[in-house]
Amino acid sequence: MSAAPGDTIEVSVWRGKDAGRYQTFTVPLQASQTVLDIVTWIQRNADPTLAYRFACRVGVCGSCAMTVNGVPRWTCRTHVAKVTGSGKLEIGPLANLSVIKDLATDMAPFFEQWQRAHGRFVPSQTRADALAVVNPESPERRAASEAIECINCGVCYAACDTVRWNDAYMGPAALNRAWTLVNDVRDAGNSARLAAVAADGGCHNCHSHQSCEQLCPTALNPTASIAGLKRRTMQAYIRRELQP
Amino acid sequence: MNVRLYILQRATAALMVPLIAVHIAVIFYATRKGLSAADILGRTRGSIVWALYYGVFVLAAAVHAAIGVRSVAIEWGRLARSAADLFMWAFGVTLLVLGLRAVAAVVLP
Repeated sequence: MSAAPGDTIEVSVWRGKDAGRYQTFTVPLQASQTVLDIVTWIQRNADPTLAYRFACRVGVCGSCAMTVNGVPRWTCRTHVAKVTGSGKLEIGPLANLSVIKDLATDMAPFFEQWQRAHGRFVPSQTRADALAVVNPESPERRAASEAIECINCGVCYAACDTVRWNDAYMGPAALNRAWTLVNDVRDAGNSARLAAVAADGGCHNCHSHQSCEQLCPTALNPTASIAGLKRRTMQAYIRRELQP
Repeated sequence: MNVRLYILQRATAALMVPLIAVHIAVIFYATRKGLSAADILGRTRGSIVWALYYGVFVLAAAVHAAIGVRSVAIEWGRLARSAADLFMWAFGVTLLVLGLRAVAAVVLP
C-alpha cells in the first residue's frame, strides 16, 4: 500500500485501563509511516489525552512496544504499510501486563522478573585488577553475543503463552539475560543465578513455543537461551551443585 | 516445574520410548498370532521379566504423567502451587496403584 496525498486510514486505539474500549480515529497516510507515527499524529492532532510511551523513535530504547493488529511489535520500526494488508489497523497495549492508561502498560512486573532471574552482573574482580581478557572466539563469548542485543521492549513477554498461563514464570527476556551472564566469564554470580532459574517459575517452565524467537525485534532467540539454561542447570543438578 | 521435576519427567520419557516400542510390538504379535487370554496368562504368570518390564513401565508412566498434569493444572486450571502439588501426588499414586494392580493380575501365579 503506497500512500497518495489525501489518503487516510481508520485506526482503532485502546482507551482506558484493563477495562476499556477501542476508539476509532481517521489518520492521514504518509509514505514510510510507522505505527508510532500514527499514534503520535493522533495524540498531537486528534486527542492530546492519549497516553503512550516512546523515547528514541529509532529502535534502540525499547519503550514503544504495543499490540499491533493482535501482534506485539516495536511500533517505531513497524511500517504501517507492512501490517495493514487487511486494510485495518488496531493498536492496543502490550498483553500480559496491566494497563496504566491507553497504550502505556505497567512494565514493573516485567523488570521484576529480571531481578528474580539474577539478571544483573556480579563482579569477580575489583577496579584495581587488570581488565579481563575475553577471547571473542571462545564458546562462552559466542553464546553471550548471540543473546546480548536485548532492548528490554517486552515484546517477547507479551507474546509468550507460558507467561500468560503461569503467573510465576520469569519469561523469555529475563531468562535470556540470565543466559548471557551464565556465559560471562567475568561474572561471579552463577551458583545463585542457576539456582534461581532452576526453581519454580524458571527456565524449565518454557514450552518452546518460540513466539519470542519469532517476534523479537532484534532477532534474538530467547528459546535457544532458555534451552541453554535447561542444559546448564541439569548438569549442575546432576553434579549436586544446586538444590531446587 | 523446577529442575528436579524436569529431569524426572524427561528421564521417564526417555525410559518409556523403548518400553512403548516393545509394548506395541507385543500387542501386534499377540493379535496376529491370535493368542487367547489363557495363552497370554500362561506366558506372563510367574514371569519375573514381564513383572519387571511392566512394573517399571507403570512406575515411569505414573511419574511422567503426574508431573505433566501438575503443569496442566497450574497453567490451564489456575490451581495454586500447593493444590497442584497435591493433585500431582494424588494422580500419580492413583496411576501407580491401578497400574501395579493390573501388572499383579497378569504376573502373579
